Amino acid sequence: MTDQTLERTGTATGERSMGMPRHHLVIFAGLLMFFLVAPFFLYPVFLMKVLCFALFACAFNLLLGYGGLLSFGHAAYFGGAAYVSAHAAKAWGVTPELSVLLGTGSAALLGLVIGLLAIRRQGIYFAMVTLAFAQMVFFFALQAPFTGGEDGIQAVPRNMLFGIFDIAQDRVFYFFVLAIVFGGLLILYRIIHSPFGQVLKAIRENEPRSISLGYQVNRYKLAVFVMSAALAGTAGATKALVFQLASLTDVHWTMSGEVVLMALIGGMHTVFGPIVGAAVIVTMQNYFAGFGAWVTVLQGTIFVIAVLLFREGVLGVIGRWLKKPM
Amino acid sequence: MTQADIILSARGLSKRFAGLIAVKDVDLDVRRGSIHAMIGPNGAGKTTCFNLLTKFLQPSAGTITLNGRDITSMAASDIARLGMVRSFQISAVFPRLTVLENVRVALQRRRGDNFDFWRSQTVLNQFDDEALRRIEEVGLSDFVDETAGELSYGRKRALEIATTLALEPEMLLLDEPMAGMAQEDVERISALIRRISANRTILMVEHNLSVVANLSDTITVLARGQVLAEGDYETVSKDQRVIDAYIGAGHD
Repeated sequence: MTDQTLERTGTATGERSMGMPRHHLVIFAGLLMFFLVAPFFLYPVFLMKVLCFALFACAFNLLLGYGGLLSFGHAAYFGGAAYVSAHAAKAWGVTPELSVLLGTGSAALLGLVIGLLAIRRQGIYFAMVTLAFAQMVFFFALQAPFTGGEDGIQAVPRNMLFGIFDIAQDRVFYFFVLAIVFGGLLILYRIIHSPFGQVLKAIRENEPRSISLGYQVNRYKLAVFVMSAALAGTAGATKALVFQLASLTDVHWTMSGEVVLMALIGGMHTVFGPIVGAAVIVTMQNYFAGFGAWVTVLQGTIFVIAVLLFREGVLGVIGRWLKKPM
Repeated sequence: MTQADIILSARGLSKRFAGLIAVKDVDLDVRRGSIHAMIGPNGAGKTTCFNLLTKFLQPSAGTITLNGRDITSMAASDIARLGMVRSFQISAVFPRLTVLENVRVALQRRRGDNFDFWRSQTVLNQFDDEALRRIEEVGLSDFVDETAGELSYGRKRALEIATTLALEPEMLLLDEPMAGMAQEDVERISALIRRISANRTILMVEHNLSVVANLSDTITVLARGQVLAEGDYETVSKDQRVIDAYIGAGHD
């Protein structure tokens, strides 16, 4: 029996090292190497934007792909944290790592409040409730005295890291961002592949059945909602320091839509897919900026193609070809 | 029949939906260790009754007790923890998880309400041996690494039973376990139900009287949301009201 078990787990999951299947480790290492070398060839601010949105998309996808919950209001946590982080850095002179922590914490808190109300509804109603709350956050950002209205919070300083190190230069600040984003991605990876994550997948697959097995599904949903909101906040808070700006764009509903797009294009049932989706969308926005409003038309076209041709997303399809879950 | 013999009991159970009384004043006693079948024509309120007993629906009136404990206002997930686990009419598996993972999700319940998102899921490997044993019990050993969604209908049902049994429930509620099955599958699942009924109580909802004829100790016949008759197959099948309301339509 034991021999059989060993053999079976061997074939099912492939070789494992450092707590993950070998090919996932290779992907993580490859990504890290690419992003370590890339700033010497590519524009660092562009790369930082890709990194922030990659974390945002992965955090969002924890909820969609693994919790089975489609939030249409994730801009609230991303943008809300951006405002908090920007305000803390500018008005209080807080260090960058603390700004990001404050942003993350406030996003988690916001996620807790909205999550408590939203998880009582299912499917489209859940999406609508999250959207409604995100709109409230948007109007708060528009009206509140410290958010700068239409202007947002501009010229956010990049303060000394830990109060000691000067990291204001893009090329140096890049590695601060890289460390945060990779930390966030590793946390997400572990959540997905934890005993908690396993229950989450069961709830996604069949909620009534999970209840009948004795799982209090609402607690799991709320927990994952808060985690997703918190890490989306990490991404937003970091992004505010990258661009030295928190603006209404960050809390606008189109931001919520964009992150859905990223997750779907990359592959919502994959761990790494949203990173690909984020890279595709951010690259299009940056390099096709010359097309003006046509960028959104292009985005729409790509989305339609993605839905028609590969519904599992880019990495979903590749994973199926290689017979290895991505 | 003493109180200790009754594992599940309902008194005056009723459910009103807007403008419709689906279940009306149902009294039910399920004897410990028996196989109890609830049958009735379509629309008799079987499934509603079933959902009330498992707390997937909240009754409009009446009380439900499990092992003498009032469970009328408990949540569905808490009922499972008390040792009463239900199945579903549409086979309830986790389609994108493997057969092994399906059973493991049930075994994982033993770790309690554990939200340990920081730990690797390799800690779940401790349940592998037992899961494989459960899978073997229902004859699915060849499909351990298959995703559940790709199994045939009968095998999904078997997997569902393996998952349910992994919780070692004292009482099992099966919602039309044989619905939509080919004859050979019906016999296989019947045999499986009889086998797992040792040391357990089973309450099953069925549409078809002949399916439960040889299987159940007690049969409760529902019609229009009310109990029409109750007893063993001999008694029930000869009851004129039952024949009129139900069997007559199908057998003549």
